[in-house]
Order: sequence, then structure tokens, then C-alpha cells
Amino acid sequence: MSDNNGKRKIIEISHVTKVYHLGDEVDVHALRGVSLDIHEGEFISIMGASGSGKSTFMNILGCLDKPTKGNYLLDGIDVSGLNRDELAVIRNKKLGFVFQGFNLLSRTSAIENTELPLFYCSISQKKRKSKAIQALERVGLGERMHHYPNQLSGGQQQRVAIARSLVNDPAIILADEPTGNLDSRTSVEVMGIFQELNETGITIVLVTHEHDIADFTKRHVIFKDGKIKSDKANTNIKIASEVLKTLPAIDEIEVEE
Amino acid sequence: MKTLNILLSAYRALIRNKMRTLLTMLGMIIGVGAVIVMLAIGEGAQETIKESINSLGSNILILTPGSYNSSGVRMGAGTMSSITEDDLNAIEKECSAVKYITPQINASGQIIFGNMNWSSRTQGVKPEYLEIRQWKVEFGEMFTDSDVKAGSKVCVLGQTVVKNLFGEEGDPIDQTVRIRNKPFRVIGVLAKKGQNAEGTDQDDIIIAPYTTVLKRLTWMPFISSALISCISAEAIPEATNQISELLRVRHKIVSADADDFTIRNQADIATMRNQTNETMTILLACIAGVSLLVGGIGIMNIMLVSVTERTREIGIRMSVGAKSSDILTQFLIEAIVLSMLGGTLGIILGISGSKILTRALEWKTFITTSSVVISFSFSLAIGIFFGWYPARKAAMLDPIDALRYE
Repeated sequence: MSDNNGKRKIIEISHVTKVYHLGDEVDVHALRGVSLDIHEGEFISIMGASGSGKSTFMNILGCLDKPTKGNYLLDGIDVSGLNRDELAVIRNKKLGFVFQGFNLLSRTSAIENTELPLFYCSISQKKRKSKAIQALERVGLGERMHHYPNQLSGGQQQRVAIARSLVNDPAIILADEPTGNLDSRTSVEVMGIFQELNETGITIVLVTHEHDIADFTKRHVIFKDGKIKSDKANTNIKIASEVLKTLPAIDEIEVEE
Repeated sequence: MKTLNILLSAYRALIRNKMRTLLTMLGMIIGVGAVIVMLAIGEGAQETIKESINSLGSNILILTPGSYNSSGVRMGAGTMSSITEDDLNAIEKECSAVKYITPQINASGQIIFGNMNWSSRTQGVKPEYLEIRQWKVEFGEMFTDSDVKAGSKVCVLGQTVVKNLFGEEGDPIDQTVRIRNKPFRVIGVLAKKGQNAEGTDQDDIIIAPYTTVLKRLTWMPFISSALISCISAEAIPEATNQISELLRVRHKIVSADADDFTIRNQADIATMRNQTNETMTILLACIAGVSLLVGGIGIMNIMLVSVTERTREIGIRMSVGAKSSDILTQFLIEAIVLSMLGGTLGIILGISGSKILTRALEWKTFITTSSVVISFSFSLAIGIFFGWYPARKAAMLDPIDALRYE
């Protein structure tokens, strides 16, 4: 990656394999030796058919799962040998998650949802609140901080989730099919937010199976059968704000009110 | 800071499901309430027994002569003529633990007034009798020491006697009644005292100066029994020893020989009745405790449902950095808050329930601090005990599975 010369490596994954033991005799090789480096400020999409190993890879990347073999350096820390609680601390300090189903706590306001990661580290209530407000303003939800998830549209809920992933100033944001549950216009809006965040230097890894969505990212990594099939820079990056202008504004009223 | 956050989220989780929280707590509320009411009833019963024993008089000892032994045939307590008036005077003077002493000469027989008659107990006593028995004269007055010295033919009647001789409305003061055909002037009426612990009507009595009773009614020169009150409940054993030593010296009893008198203690009866009552209280509290246990199982049940229902929430919390211990604490605190809240409401229910019982059924209830503290800490312990398993189950969830849970 020529444009990453001189930039700090945030993730160094080398020869990672993952084997699931199902029953006594059956082993499933989800990852068969994957190596990948991610530098600061990158915006990567990971693609592949289901069963290609991309979800397993994301789980390992997100410190939710441990590799069977291989090394994983996250922000200079070797996380492949850490235990459950140590991984929880890493997730708390270094990672932000955005999920397909938003995964917000129901009956909990936007600002409380955003504060959630800060509940699990020592930080004053005042600072927690101000950071949460800041994060919500960054995703354009400063006006709806006290709304509950059921009072927000899908796009707005996903923006709360993005704010939550931002609030602890993570080294990297992992987004697992963040547009999977959204209509095409809202999807582009959400991608616009990711692009804006990436502009400010935040590193983002995004899993998707839609090429339309991957086109908004800077680098495409394609998985197949537990291996990386291709890894190349996106030469034709679409700009969300421009795409948005070409789309009809049919959902405008529904989304905003 | 962290603990406060956990408390806060526990509170939120409970508020979110108000109805369910309330129903879960109901088991706890009823359990704790039942324990408190049962203990209150037990305490109240004990209190009633204490009162009826106190109505005999406070800290009383009964001194009787030993049994008369005639060629191996023992005649029973009080048949010996070993206790004299001088003995009693000596006890009053020399035993520091003794407050009051009065002879108690019993004479039963027919009492006649006009065309009415009644069979009752006449007791010859000294004026101190009222102090010892903690009794009062309601109308008229008590005879005095000079009446005792003079052997005046005066008497004070109990309410039952008044009712039977003079009817409900009659005024007995200054009337003359005949006891065993001897005329006695009525100078007073005793206050109502009711039944004693054994069910005897204490108001069915006539008291008169003991000298008069000895001279006119029994014609016996010795004291058949004496009532003694001690300076305090703690002084009862001390008083017993003092009296016993004094009388042994006065009666010249050598160390190996048995006493020629008996000193009995009213507390013995009290102890026995209290034991029966205590057994009853413990039994009732155990039954109530079972309902507390059932309440605890209810909490565990709901917490297990809650863990399953909130699997996704647990997954989300874990993904943003909650450790196993954080999740464990959260669910454990939820269970504890649930049981403590239930316990508190149960205490309120128990206290008001006891009050209602007292009002409606006139049962005596008495709530002790210890019963409140015990049932509250028991509910807390149940919260921890039954909350532990569901909380652990939550903490051990795999974050990936929990996030995927539908």
C-alpha cells in the first residue's frame, strides 16, 4: 500500500488460523493462514461469500475470539495470548463495534447507549456525559440525545451505534454489515458518516457483501475459503455526499420525523 | 464510580419491568411479612404470660413451713408449725434482698350478708400485702398496721365477692358481713385483677388483718405461709439464700439436716410456660421462613428468565468491554436489590399486619428489633444465594453467541 508509507501499523495479523471442533472427529477450518496489516487512517472493506471466513476473521479482529494459531498485534499489543478479561479491557480501550442489527439497549436513551463503553472504565460522570454528547454531535444526532431506540429510524439508530463505537476514542472501528438492515438511501448516509470519520483520521474496517457499499472504502480485501483471495486499493472511491445528491429524496420526511 | 454505575443499571433494569419486579418481590414481601407477624405474635404471647405472672406480684417468694412427719407419714407442705411471727420480723429486719413480707393465713368458709351468702377464701395479711401483690384498693381504704396490732374485725373484699354478696350495684363499704359467723366491717374493695396464670379468679378473695384471722377464724398460733417480695428480679436467688440461712440459724438446724421450711419461686411457673410458648414461636417462624425460601426461589426463577431474555444485552455489554465480573456484579446486585426491596416492603407489611391483628382480634403483638433485623438480613442472604447462579450463568456467556442470540 504505497499511500500508507510512514503511517503507523495498527493491526498486524500474521498466519492466523482458526479451527472449530464440532464433535469428536469433525474439524472446521474457518481460517487457513491469514496475514493482513492495517495502517492508521485506512478504510478497508472485507468482502466474501458466507462461509468464506470473513465473520470469523472479524471476531478475531474484534478480540471477541482467539485465533487457534498465529499472531495478532493490535496497536503494538500481542492480543493472541490474552485471557477473557484482558480481551474485555482491550475491547473497551482500543475497539469500537458497529453491528448490522444496531445492537442498542432497548428502553435506554441514545445518550445512555452512547455512554455504555465508558461505564466499564474509570471516568467521571461529567466527562462521560460530555464525551457522549460530543460523539452524538459528530454523527449528527445532537438533537435527539434523549430519544429511545424505538423513537429513532434505522439510520438514526445506526448513527447512535456509531457514536457508541467512537466514544472511547478507539484505535479502530469494526463495522459488521452496518448497512445490512438499511434502505439504500440511508445506507449511503451511513457510509457518508464513516467517510467523514475516516477523513478525521479514524481507521475503519467494514465487512460487507455489497459491492456498492465497498465502493465507498479505500481498500478491498476479499476472502474465500478461509484465505485472502485478493487485497487491492480501490481506485474509484465513491463519495457519499455526491451520491446522495443523485438519489431521490423520497424518504426524507419519514427519516427525519 | 463503577459500582455506582452498576447499581444504577440494576435499578434501571428493575424499573423497566415494574410489574414483573413487583410480582417477584411479592414472594419476598409475603415471606418477610409473615416472619415478622409470627414473631410478633409469639413475642406478644410471651408478653401476656409475663403480665399475668407479674399480676401475682413482682419478684415474689412464698415461704411455707416444712411438712409434718408423723411416723413416716408426711403431711405435705405447710403442715409443720415451724414458722413464727418472730421469724418473719427477723427476715424483714435482717435480709437485705427482701423488700416486703407478710404472713398469709388462709381461712375458707361461708360469707354472709343479709340473705346472700358466698363461699370464698379469707386471707389474713399485713397491709404490705397490697405492695407485694401490686394491688390497689378501688373504693374505701386498706386496713392499717394499728388494725393488725389491735386485731380489728375489718376486711377488704375482692370484686367477685362484692358482686356475689351485694350485686352489681351494691355498695359494701361500712356494711358488716359475717365470715364463719364472725362479723367483719367492710372498709374497702380491691381493684379488679382477673385470672392468674393458672386460671384462678384472683378477685374471689377477702383480706383481713392476719392477727384477726388467726384469733377469730383459724385459732392456730403459727404462720401457715408468708409472701415475700424481693428488691428486684435479679435478687430472687440472693433473697432465697438469705432467708434460708437466717431460718436455719434461728431454727438451729445443723448442716446435715433438711430445712423445716420451703421457699418457692413464682418464676418457675413462668419459665415453663415461656418454654412452651417459645417452641410455638419458633415453629411459626419456621413455617414463615419456608415462604421466605419460596420467595427466594421465585427470585432465582425470574433472574434466570431475565438472563435468557437479556442475552443480547449481555453480548453488547461484553463487546464494549464489560468483564465477566462486571456482568456477574450487575445481575447479582439486581437480585440483591430485588430481595432487599422486597424485604423492606415485607417489614412494612409485617409491622402493619401485626398492628391490624392487634386491632381486629385484640391479639397482643410485639415487634422486636431483632425480628426485623433477622428477617431483613435473611432476605438479603436469600438474594445473594439465589442470585448467584443466574448471575454466574450470565457472566459465563460467550460474547459472540450472546451477540447473535435472537
